[in-house]
Amino acid sequence: MAEDEAMARPGPLLPKQGRQDRTLGLVIAVLCCLACLSAMAALAADRAASTWVSALGASATVQVRPKGDQTPSEAADKAAEALAGVKGVSEARALDRQAAEKLLEPWFGAGGVPDDFPLPRLVTVDLDPKTPPTAAALTQALAQAGLDATLDDHGRWMADVRRAGGMARAIAVGAVALFGLAAAAVIVFATRATLEARRDVVEVLHITGAEDAFLSSLIQRRFARVAAEAGAVGAGAAALLAAAYKLSSGADGFAPVLPLSWIDLLVVLAAPVLAALIAAIAVQRTAMSILRREAQS
Amino acid sequence: MAGHGSDFVAGGPPESGPVVALQGVGMRYGRAPEVLRDIDLTLSQGSFHFLTGASGAGKSSLLKLLYLAHEPSRGLVRLFGRDVSTLSRKETPAVRRRIGVVFQEYRLLSHLTVFDNAALPLRVAGRTFDGYRQDVKELLEWVGLGKKLSAMPATLSGGEQQRLAVARAVVGRPDLLLVDEPTGNVDHEMGRRILRLLTELNRMGATVLVATHDMPLVGETTFPALTLKGGKLSAAPSLAGARVPA
Repeated sequence: MAEDEAMARPGPLLPKQGRQDRTLGLVIAVLCCLACLSAMAALAADRAASTWVSALGASATVQVRPKGDQTPSEAADKAAEALAGVKGVSEARALDRQAAEKLLEPWFGAGGVPDDFPLPRLVTVDLDPKTPPTAAALTQALAQAGLDATLDDHGRWMADVRRAGGMARAIAVGAVALFGLAAAAVIVFATRATLEARRDVVEVLHITGAEDAFLSSLIQRRFARVAAEAGAVGAGAAALLAAAYKLSSGADGFAPVLPLSWIDLLVVLAAPVLAALIAAIAVQRTAMSILRREAQS
Repeated sequence: MAGHGSDFVAGGPPESGPVVALQGVGMRYGRAPEVLRDIDLTLSQGSFHFLTGASGAGKSSLLKLLYLAHEPSRGLVRLFGRDVSTLSRKETPAVRRRIGVVFQEYRLLSHLTVFDNAALPLRVAGRTFDGYRQDVKELLEWVGLGKKLSAMPATLSGGEQQRLAVARAVVGRPDLLLVDEPTGNVDHEMGRRILRLLTELNRMGATVLVATHDMPLVGETTFPALTLKGGKLSAAPSLAGARVPA
């Protein structure tokens, strides 16, 4: 019976190193989890930036100053009327004094604006997102109406949001790359340790005619499997954390800072494959380098 | 052994020239003085030689040169007609597969079963498990380990380990068999059995070089003995070698 077992399938040529493999797997799982969270954060940051840019681009604000005998309300109404006639403007609304005071509440407090305080009057302009007018067209319409007004097309804010979004994306992508590098470094270390610890086995295999590539492939298969399994565990943990974040971020599932989508969770599927790939490449390069160096020494 | 027919991977076609040819070879470890000096040795195909000498005379070192575990400090080493100094890193494994080695300390892989240890050269050579399974089983039965296929080396007696080491060395049908102190750890009777095994392999065509300091064992055969003393071969080697009398 025991003899049948021996002939059922060959044993692993490299001895199992359960403790080392478990430790390596734990480290890779943690790195994969962090990399997946970073990748999802990058996607969410990208979505947040796009949403904000799109919202800012869909409106403009005009500050109107009355001229001569004009009251602020008259000037604002006139500006709204002039802007409503510009092609690409969906709606132009003059904000009344109460609305203007509400905007100042953070600084003056509720009802804190004195009655005689000369409040600038604002006109909000909703733009057709498909064919928005240019800032020049809006400014020209205001000038033609003889108004003293200043247009804010939110361009500065959009540039800031785009820059911040791009920075958040770059940081997240950089983090993913660093986690990948850290995983590779850990695997390089484990490969060196394996070759060092099993020098006796490697030597016997060499003398029996094993090629460097054969020996390298033994370690490569083993660590690629460890990395793939650990990658799956790390990815699963990241998916659970992301799902918990999404479910806890509001009834509509929308978090204003990082608007994660369910589809973003699919990014974790790449983790086991990438982890195995990084492990395979790291082992192959390290093992071949060590074996060649030993042969020359 | 009859089952180990002509389908073994290792073992190329026999050359007409000598299997081993050493000319003016020296060898040293690191910067230490040479342990082998001015070695001239030729082993023709199918020969059987003993390599004798006191402990530390350089027997194991000479074998290391021959199984390509160490480079000579000078001189020419030719194996199967090929100057080994011209072998590339990629070519070396193919030459090593034509050489079977029985180490003095066996060097069995402790994490593998008897079966897997014996099959090692065939796995390394790329043979499929189904392709070598029966061959290895028959070989292990032939060396008396047929009932211990699943045993681990640590559970074997010294003699059994010795026979397993021999099985591993010959399973690939090597053209050159190098054996280091085959009787060093076994009793006289086991030593004789191992010698019979080696002579049988020689009869099947392998060139055999046995390093030993067991002179009584050498005296029981008619094979020529080369003697290493102070790093030098002090007896002229036989060019033709000797075959086991039928």
